[in-house]
Formats: sequence, structure tokens, C-alpha cells
Amino acid sequence: MSSRAVMSEDRMLHKANQIALNFAPYPQAQAVEKIADHLRKFWTPPMREQLTAYVNSGREGLHALAVEAVKNL
Amino acid sequence: MTLLKEKDYGTPLSASQKQVALEIDGRKVSVPEGTSVMRAAFEVGIDIPKLCATDSLKPFGSCRLCVVEVEGRNGTPGSCHTEVAAGMKVTTHSERLARLRSNLMELYLSDHPADCPACAMGECEIKELAKKIGVKANRYGLEGKNHLHAAKDESNPYFTFDPAQCIVCSRCVRACEEVQGTFALTVEGRGFDSVIAASQNDSFLKSECVSCGACVQACPTGALLEKSTIEHGAGDQTVLTTCAYCGVGCSFKAEVKAKQVVRMVPFKDGKANAGHSCVKGRFAWGYATHPDRVRSPMLRKKITDPWREVSWDEALKYAAGEFKRLQEKYGRNAIGGIASARCTIEETFLVQKMVRACFGNNNIDNCARVCHSPTGYGLKATLGTSAGTQDFASVDHADVIMVVGSNPPEAHPVFASRMKRRLRAGAKLIVIDPRKTGMVRSPHIEADYHLALKPGTNVAVLDAMAHVIVTEGLADEDFIKNRCDADGYALWREFISDKRNSPEALEERSGVPAEDIRGAARLYAAAGNVAIYYGLGVSEHSQGSVGVMCLANLAMATGNLGREGVGVSPLRGQNNVQGSCDMGCFPHELPGYRHVSDDAARAVFEKEWGVTLDKEPGLRIPNMIDTAVMGQFKGLYIQGEDLAQSDPDIQYEAAGLKAMEFVVVHDLFMNETVKYAHVFLPGASFLEKDGCFINAERRINRIRKAVEPLGGKADWEGTMGLAKAMGYDMHYNHPSEILDEIARTTPSFAGVSYEKLDELGGIQWPCNAAAPAGTPVMHVDHIVRNPGMFTLTEYVPTEEKTTPKFPLLLTTGRILSQYNVGTQTRRTENTIWHHEDVLEIHPHDAEQRGIREGDLVSLQSRKGDTHLHAVLSERVQPGVVYTTFHFAESGANVVTTEYSDWATECPEYKVTAVEVKLTHKLSNWQEERSKDHG
Repeated sequence: MSSRAVMSEDRMLHKANQIALNFAPYPQAQAVEKIADHLRKFWTPPMREQLTAYVNSGREGLHALAVEAVKNL
Repeated sequence: MTLLKEKDYGTPLSASQKQVALEIDGRKVSVPEGTSVMRAAFEVGIDIPKLCATDSLKPFGSCRLCVVEVEGRNGTPGSCHTEVAAGMKVTTHSERLARLRSNLMELYLSDHPADCPACAMGECEIKELAKKIGVKANRYGLEGKNHLHAAKDESNPYFTFDPAQCIVCSRCVRACEEVQGTFALTVEGRGFDSVIAASQNDSFLKSECVSCGACVQACPTGALLEKSTIEHGAGDQTVLTTCAYCGVGCSFKAEVKAKQVVRMVPFKDGKANAGHSCVKGRFAWGYATHPDRVRSPMLRKKITDPWREVSWDEALKYAAGEFKRLQEKYGRNAIGGIASARCTIEETFLVQKMVRACFGNNNIDNCARVCHSPTGYGLKATLGTSAGTQDFASVDHADVIMVVGSNPPEAHPVFASRMKRRLRAGAKLIVIDPRKTGMVRSPHIEADYHLALKPGTNVAVLDAMAHVIVTEGLADEDFIKNRCDADGYALWREFISDKRNSPEALEERSGVPAEDIRGAARLYAAAGNVAIYYGLGVSEHSQGSVGVMCLANLAMATGNLGREGVGVSPLRGQNNVQGSCDMGCFPHELPGYRHVSDDAARAVFEKEWGVTLDKEPGLRIPNMIDTAVMGQFKGLYIQGEDLAQSDPDIQYEAAGLKAMEFVVVHDLFMNETVKYAHVFLPGASFLEKDGCFINAERRINRIRKAVEPLGGKADWEGTMGLAKAMGYDMHYNHPSEILDEIARTTPSFAGVSYEKLDELGGIQWPCNAAAPAGTPVMHVDHIVRNPGMFTLTEYVPTEEKTTPKFPLLLTTGRILSQYNVGTQTRRTENTIWHHEDVLEIHPHDAEQRGIREGDLVSLQSRKGDTHLHAVLSERVQPGVVYTTFHFAESGANVVTTEYSDWATECPEYKVTAVEVKLTHKLSNWQEERSKDHG
């Protein structure tokens, strides 16, 4: 975990996955954009950075739509 | 202002638009059809004696003092129950009428105490009326059969019932029925033996009486009188203000005598309450002068040090120094603030201004985070505005009322009374709630459908209702076509029509029979006007925001928006939680719900405040706690919020607070959060300052200072002082100047000022050039978002699931006599009704565990355990237990979890998997807390 982590990984994954699950019924492109938009609007930059770092590390555990959304941040 | 007594017109105002012309005592009068002769006379200043009539109640015609003569009619009809007719000629005063009234008055006096104390203090109308009628003595004396020695009932903590002063006019009985809707009072016996009785001749305290005060308000004598009035006498000055409890926002007359509030009387012209009240607003204001009030700032360098009283100057300088030190050491974003939904909009505006302009970040939040933040998100996404759509009066026009996850008789009692009046008049009722709340069945009211769903399945049930509406062709396609986004509707229509959203597919999950959902959906869709009212039972879920969007989808799909009698109305919990959201006390939004990334909105405030504002969202309360636990968030200013009791998973919350280096608590009392604080600033109660609260109707209501702040400063002055000590001088001489700044910077408040509020009373925003008198009903010409947007609301089951270890689901809520974390109501006589939080458990679940009524039980979840006394109740369904969170020592939030609404992080208070077992001692957490509190 990064020294600049602002929440535990478990909490981060839970929050991000819940967001993804709730946008999942939209067509994929819309869902990805809505998730990214949500993260931009409601997550602080350090929270987004922590999530991005997790995705960049290639580790599993994050909903596929959230992974795509992070790439669009 | 001197003591204000509203004029009583004797009978209610007629709503008819048709005017009727008549003559009263030779004067030409024109009044709406349906008006009583009595009211018509009062309207033109002609006074008719009366005792049993009052304009909050239907005419009754028992006292016979209001008799009049009508040309061409026999006898002397009572003017209260005689309606006006075109061309009618009425005489209100004649020798014959005087004789009749005089005889009657003598009879009243023959059973009225000669030395009536209430008459002496102006609280009884008998002697004053006798004088007006011209009766100086009564020929019958007091020796005959009478009630003068009947025993007083002093059981209620707030008022007495003295049968000796009672004239059995039934105003109290009718007020209990017509105004409050409880039907707790009756007239027992016949003829001269008739007496007012509570329930089955119980004491008032043991009866069904809910102590709303409607009977006291209605009583024309001193038979029902406040104990505070008996002790202090009536006030000699009235200060018009607004109740500081729930989101109904009742207007009150604070009566002041010798610089002390002696009585709170509901204001007849109050737009939210129309003269009604509940036990909290009417009577439970004694906390304001409770000895526990802290009257001086206090300081300690470490949370293990004892507190030291200091001056405001020293406290503010120290706090400012610490916040600056933390920012220098850890960065600009290491500190933040929490505004209070208990405080005024001027004060919440100032806290967010201090955080944004002085702290230099967006780490500002308020208690809506843990209650109605999903309302803001859900209604904005669908309808374009983060607030309810209606005024309270709108419910009078509803044909069907749907109450979802809300218990108005307990949590919003004054609005509940209004809603119940409409239901008794014939409106249909759908209740969606896991519990048999007071809405499901009460005197003369029974829900047509009670969808007793399993906790956590709101979205499943609401989606299933929408499925029925769409697949059975019940949607209002014209409304949708004209007012909603076509692509959004097409997408939603396809989604909601899928079989996975049918009542049958979701029946097992939700526990609600598919036929009941179909029936409720058909009732909802077929009615002319359907009004949705909802509460925390919708928002405090992992899909809280989705639940809100489901409700908006239903309203759009059936065209139930944009007129009286319809809409989607959140019943908001705190007096000013709507206002603190409106004022931008969110980490992502500036005042008026404009996102911090909105360059134009930021520019308005940058110009006004002379600073550059951060365009990135800040930390929400749970993010602050997370970040503190991770060692990166270090300082917090908390105004009027008790995080360590009200927030979920409080052991984690406590760890976060403890990890901070500096915490300021600005509050009325030493609450649970104070354990982690370094500076305490004494707060001011609502009676000690000027400002505005905004209620659940978006109504901006004035509060006015009745007495001086016990702690020396109003809260806005404290915040202003802290910002100044940090080097940011935001100076105001009076809260009206803060409201002027709000109006300058926030379009929906552009037309609001203290002058206009004084002139019009409460005003509902938006109030601007387009709506100078405010906006009672939103979305009239078009949905504000324009077009309205259907959102996809997939049911995603909560991850908080029952297991063999935790087989029951806990849900939490409120009780009438207590208020939220109880900081105020626990310091009033209201504890007589509820002195501890208990656990409601179904008899079946109790029997399986060997639990009997009153047993001490442990309530355990994966997060912790606490011990409570059990109450066996069929209000909860098997598999569900319920408790309240009014007492810190109960520790309901030791048990609740970290799960929250995906969109807003509003905690999932309403679903926690638990086990309940018999025990004989307190939990470890309770033992530790007990040690801390000596």
C-alpha cells in the first residue's frame, strides 16, 4: 500500500465496486463514462490516485467497468 | 413584540371560491360559500360570544352562547354551525339574545371556581366573557351539584387537567381527533356527570395521549394548562420563531417573561404547522437552560488532560494556531470542518465559507451525509433539484399517499397529523416499510397496502412496481413525452420491463407477495394525484440513492409531478438539514448545489470572498475518518454534530477522531465527540440567536433571538472569530448581512431577505425574479432538469447478509418523544416516556432464544456488540429486530457497519446482520464507556 494511501484497500475496493455495480445496467460505454464521472465529481484527487495506482499495479479485485473507468480519469 | 394573541374566527376558513353576500347587524358582508355566520361576523369585526368554537375545529354547537337571530327563521340558531346564505339578515345582539346568553353564562359560573387562577392570569375565558355578556354574579351560587372538588390530573410532565375548571365543551376531544388524529380523549358519562376522560379513564400519562398540546391549545379555560404557565404565568412578550427539532419546521410563539422563555405556543399562521405542534416543539425546550449547558470555552492540550475554562479570545487564538500548524506541517488538505444541520443557514454558510476561503480546501460536510445525502444525489440526477417537490399543504389534494421508509407519527408528527386528516377524508394509503409503523394502522386509518418488505429490498419492490406500471400499460406516456428525456425513457423502459424486475421474480428477495406489489402499483398508477413521502428508510441503505431515483422514476412514469397533491417529498430529519445542504456544506458543491468544478460558480464566490477556490471535491465525513485513520487528516472543526454517537461503526469513528491531532467541538453540551476534542466552544440554542432554518418543504423560516446566548456568542460569531484568528476576516454585524451575501451569490435565494421574510413569513426557494414570493410546488411547467431523466435502478443486494452466526437483520429508527442522539430531549421531561433504547424483537424470534419481555439481551454484529432490554413486538416481522439510537450508552452504532450508499456514502443504518442472545451484564463497550463517564 502506498504511503499516501487515504483509505484501506478493502474499503477502496468495496466503494469502487459498488459504484460499478450500480452503473452496470447501462450500455458499457455509458457505464464506464458514468463511473469515471462519478469518481471525478465525488472522490478527492488522492482517493482517485490511490485507485489509479491499484489499477496500474495490475492487481485483481476491481470490477471490470471500474478498471476501464479509471483508465479514463 | 408585546404578547401576540391571534384572532380566533370561531370556525375554519372555507376554501370555496364562490362568494355569498349577506347582512349582519345591518352591515353588508361578503364571504366564501360554506362560511359560518360566526366567522362572517368576526371577519367584519362583529364579536359573538363563544366557548366551544375555535377556528381550528369544525363547529360543534354545544355551548349555545353564539346564538343569533336570522330574519325569516324560527328560533335562535347557533352562529357557529349556521352557514351563510345569500340575502340572509342576521342579528347578533338583541335583548332576547342577551337574556339567553346571560342565563347560560350563569350556569357556567355556577360550576366554575370563584377564585379561578387561570381567569386571574388571563388563561381562562369564562370570567372575561361573563363580563362582556354583562353577568356579574350567578343566581344559583356554587352550592349545587358541581365539579369544583374533582381531583386534578397532574400525571403529564408538561400540563395539568383540572376538571374543576372544565366546561366540557369538547374542544380538547375534538382537537385530539381533528387536529392531532390520536382520538385519545372522550367525554365520559352523560348530562351533568359528563367529564373529559383520557383513553379508558386513564391518567393522561398512561393514556394514548401523545402530548402534542393540541388539547391545551384548544381549551378555553384553565382546565388544560401548561405547568410552566402555572409556575411562571404567561409571558409578556412574544418572539416569533421556528422549532429546532425535526424538518417540519413548525412556527412558534416563544413567550418571554423577565428575560426567560416561559412557554412555546404553536403559531396559527405558521405555514408549516398551521397552529399545531408535537411534544418536542411544544414542551421539550427546557434543555436550553439545562445545567449541563456549557457556558464558557474550554481548552486542553491533550485529550487526556483535564478541561480548563478559558476566554473566547484564548480559545479561538489557540484553535487558529493549531489549525495553521497542522496545515504547515501536513498540508492544506489535512484539516476540515463539519457544519451543523441544527444551526441556521447563515451559520452553515459561514462554516463552509471558512473551510473554503480560510482553510483553502473543500473538506466540508454536514449531517446530511448520514441521512438524506442520497436525496440530494437522487433527485438531482432525475429531476434536477436536490430537494422535495411540494409544500406540506399539497397533501390535502392527494388521492393516494405512498409512505416509504418513513414513520411520520414518530419522526414528523405535525405533518403526520395533516396527512392523517387527508386519509380520514378518504385518500388511499400505501405503506412500504419492514415494520408495522404508526402509519399502517391508527384510529380510522388503515393502509390499503402495507408492503412489509425485508430490510434492504426497497429497490427491488420499487422496481417491481415500476415494472407493473410499464408492462401493464399504465404509464402516462403524454407526460413522459412532453417532460422527460426520450432516450433515457426508452432505455429505462426496456430495463424495467425485463422479467428480472417483475414482482414475481423479486418476491422471494423482498418477502412481499407479488400480487400485493401489483395491486399497489395499479393503485398508484390509476389515481388522479399520488404523493410520495419518504424518509431515512429509503436513504440509509447501500442503494439509498437508487431508492430515491426509483421514487422519482415512478413519479415521472405516472405524471405525478408539477401540481398540488403529487410529487416526491423527502421528510427530512433535522430542522435545517435542507438548509445546510442548500448552503453548500458538501465537499463537492458550492451553495445552490453547484459543483466545485463549475468555473462560473466558483468565480462568483472568488470575487465575493477575495480568494481562489479549490476546484476538486474535498473529503466527506467517512473519508475524513478513513484519511485520519491512515494518518493524513489531522484537524477538524465540528459544529453541532456528535460524530461519536450518531455515525455508524463508532469504534472505527472513534479511532479516526483519536488519530487527529486537533479537534474543536462547538456545541451546546459535552457530547460523546468531546472525548476527542481539544477545544470546546459553547454553542447557542435556537432561542439565543437570529437566523433562518429551511425545512423539508424548502421553506426558509426565521428564527429570532428571545434571550441572550448563554455561552456569550451566537454560533455565527464563534465561526467568524475563528476565521479571523486564522487571518481571514469575514465580518458581519448581524446574520441578515450573511443572508444578503447568500442572496447575492446563490440564484435560488436571490430574492430572499429578512425584510421579505418578515413580510411574507416562510418562503420556499427558489425565490428570485421569476418567483418573487417563492415556489410552493416545483416542476410546474417543466421538470427542472429539463428534460427529466429516468435512471436505471438495478437492484444490487446489500453485501450485509444474514449468516448462521448473525441470522437476524437489525434496523434502526426514532421514537416520538426523543430526538436523534438525544442531546436535547434526554435533558427534558420527555425521558418519562422513553428513558432507554430497547430492542424490539418478534415473539417468535424471542421464544426461539428463550427471551422474555424486559430481559437484557446482547445485540451482536460483526462490528461489535451492545446490550439492551428486549421488548417483544409484532411491529417487527420475524427475522427483523429494531432499536433506536437516542441514548449514547445504548451503543446502537457500535453494531452498525461501515457499508454505505455507493453514491453518497450515507451509512447503511437500516440493515445490519445480528444475533440476539440472553445476557446478564453490559457489553465490554458499555462497561468501558461507563468507566469513562464515572
